[in-house]
Amino acid sequence: MKAYQRKLDIRNGCVDLSHGSGGRAMAQLISGLFHEAFGNEWLARGNDQSAFDVGAGRMVMTTDGYVVSPLFFPGGNIGSLAVHGTVNDIAMAGARPLYLSASFIIEEGFRFTDLKMIAESMGEAARTAGVHIVTGDTKVVERGKADGLFISTAGVGVVPHGLDLSAENARVGDRVLISGTLGDHGVAIMSKRQNLAFETEIVSDSAALNDLVAKMVEAGGRGIRLMRDPTRGGLAATLNEIARQSDLGFHLREEAIPVKPGVAAACELLGLDPLHVANEGKLVAIVAPENAAAVLAAMRAHPLGRDAADIGEAVADDHHFVQMATSFGGGRIVDWLSGEQLPRIC
Amino acid sequence: MKYADEFRDKEIALGLAKAIRAEADPQKLYRFMEFCGGHTHAISRYGLEDMLPKNVRMIHGPGCPVCVLPGGRIDMAIRLAERPDVILCVYGDLMRVPGSQGASLLKAKARGADIRMVYSTIDAIRIAEDNPGREVVFFAIGFETTTPPTAVMIRLAEKKQLENFTVFCNHVLTPPAMQNILESPDIRNIGRVEIDGFVGPAHVSTIIGTAPYEFFAEEFGKPVVIAGFEPLDMMQAILMLVRQVNEDRHEVENQYSRAVNRDGNLRAKEEVSDIFELRDQFEWRGLGQVPYSGLKLKRAYAIYDAEVRFDMHELRVDDNPACECGAILRGVKKPVDCKLFGTVCTPETPMGSCMVSSEGACAAYWTYGRFRDHQQRRVS
Repeated sequence: MKAYQRKLDIRNGCVDLSHGSGGRAMAQLISGLFHEAFGNEWLARGNDQSAFDVGAGRMVMTTDGYVVSPLFFPGGNIGSLAVHGTVNDIAMAGARPLYLSASFIIEEGFRFTDLKMIAESMGEAARTAGVHIVTGDTKVVERGKADGLFISTAGVGVVPHGLDLSAENARVGDRVLISGTLGDHGVAIMSKRQNLAFETEIVSDSAALNDLVAKMVEAGGRGIRLMRDPTRGGLAATLNEIARQSDLGFHLREEAIPVKPGVAAACELLGLDPLHVANEGKLVAIVAPENAAAVLAAMRAHPLGRDAADIGEAVADDHHFVQMATSFGGGRIVDWLSGEQLPRIC
Repeated sequence: MKYADEFRDKEIALGLAKAIRAEADPQKLYRFMEFCGGHTHAISRYGLEDMLPKNVRMIHGPGCPVCVLPGGRIDMAIRLAERPDVILCVYGDLMRVPGSQGASLLKAKARGADIRMVYSTIDAIRIAEDNPGREVVFFAIGFETTTPPTAVMIRLAEKKQLENFTVFCNHVLTPPAMQNILESPDIRNIGRVEIDGFVGPAHVSTIIGTAPYEFFAEEFGKPVVIAGFEPLDMMQAILMLVRQVNEDRHEVENQYSRAVNRDGNLRAKEEVSDIFELRDQFEWRGLGQVPYSGLKLKRAYAIYDAEVRFDMHELRVDDNPACECGAILRGVKKPVDCKLFGTVCTPETPMGSCMVSSEGACAAYWTYGRFRDHQQRRVS
């Protein structure tokens, strides 16, 4: 017997309130679209939760919501972003991400073709990162109550034995390493905003960093004090947070910070500072000076760390200032972003 | 980045810094006011103060239109935006400017007012076309540089016969504000503050030319050097000012000759004078009422004047009495002299004008320069 009388009409159909009602339509959407895209043994069992074995040792858990606008942007979409973001939050603990959950809040009228494309991007991003989406949820809200689609993902991962990365671990003299060019994601999103549209070749850097992190941990071990992915608020926010949590300051060299010319030009035009613009596939690592060269070499040997650079050092500073020698020859602070640079960047 | 990096070259900067050090007389103080917020931002953003000798000091002027907009005008705009039929279009940096009792356009928007951030005057026209049943008001603000685009927009609205489009005009003029500063008792009579020269506006001068400053150079005996907004422009302008002071000259010189000439943009000036006329006076945050310093729409264009269409009444908001913005804008005090600076007044919660925009003296100092107040323990 067929499970459903009619196939889901993905080409012409769209989500309506019945797809969130708990009835047959919802079951069909989940099995016909999400299971198809995420396909794994845990989902196939069709439970409200997933059971998996855990080994001994420490685990990490994280969660994140995705409300990016527009939903599709150069270099990705809300689906790939929702996987990369959560994978990266786990990876920043030096951990190996294993399982994700995904929760969808969909506005009625959302086209199946778009939803399918987004779900497939999630599936592909998960496979590339070596993680499984093992549980999920679908809600449908009335028109005007959500801007198309919001996604929440949560994830768990395991931490290699002996590793304990945390934001209070930075020490005076540590080196500041970044994995590549800054501001790509934010500029890619801005270039597609309705009231802002400008032409650029910049694509989002959205990517899962867990493999890069594994190579860095191999090279640097406990010499890596902590890692962060500089998303909203950019490198400036990340370093200011670390400065406060580790009770020290930073000295950066502007000349050493890689920024693509297209990103620099867009920022110039819009009056933004690339150090405040969001990234979705970059990390900052604070590394003991004796391990810095090895970690940097490991980063540069990885495709996601080709442009990695040593951009400065941690210094003693009761005021927790992040200071920078400008490429012009003067000095300045790299402060937190004040106010909202651009809403709904991720 | 082409056409930008050339004006940020470190080697040339070091050469100019060396020349300034060599030519500035160590027995003398050189106090130069940069009028524009764009200059203030460049000084802070590139750390120029670190490259100047101690006796060459920069005083940050009032040239940030967002900063000097008085709270009353913000209250007027909020009141307008609260009308259900109105869509208010504003530039993003206006959103956090404080009105009375902590009000701002950002907060009004959160409470439901239809306020839209736009990047260009054309966006406002488009919104008016897309919403024929609503009244679309453009919050026009800025010095001589942004007035021509507003004029062009009014022409466009006229051509498209848009009936639901008006302008809330807050355009102000540079020369009256410079004059006001030089004539203030702090500077002219008591002699508490000396200004030895001006770095003249960059973009403003592309419109009005260099001629309007000749009066200052003559009347007040102060050198004026018109300079671009790039850091090398600033360094060169400072060197030119040092030379004028040393040679006891007070002339208008044009460092920004790649964009500015003596007469300015005639076409733009013509458009502006066709559509706008002087107000008897206009309030500046920090400076108070400045005669003949603001523009309004001429009677012939009254149908595009939001103040006329919505019968808007002038509102006044007193500046916080502890706020030193007025003195800071005239160069009498520095940001750190203000009790509010960095305590209750920060870029997140600006109390006074100088903290409002990143081009304001206090915000620039807070964001880029406040480390200079603290002895650093450098560990290498």
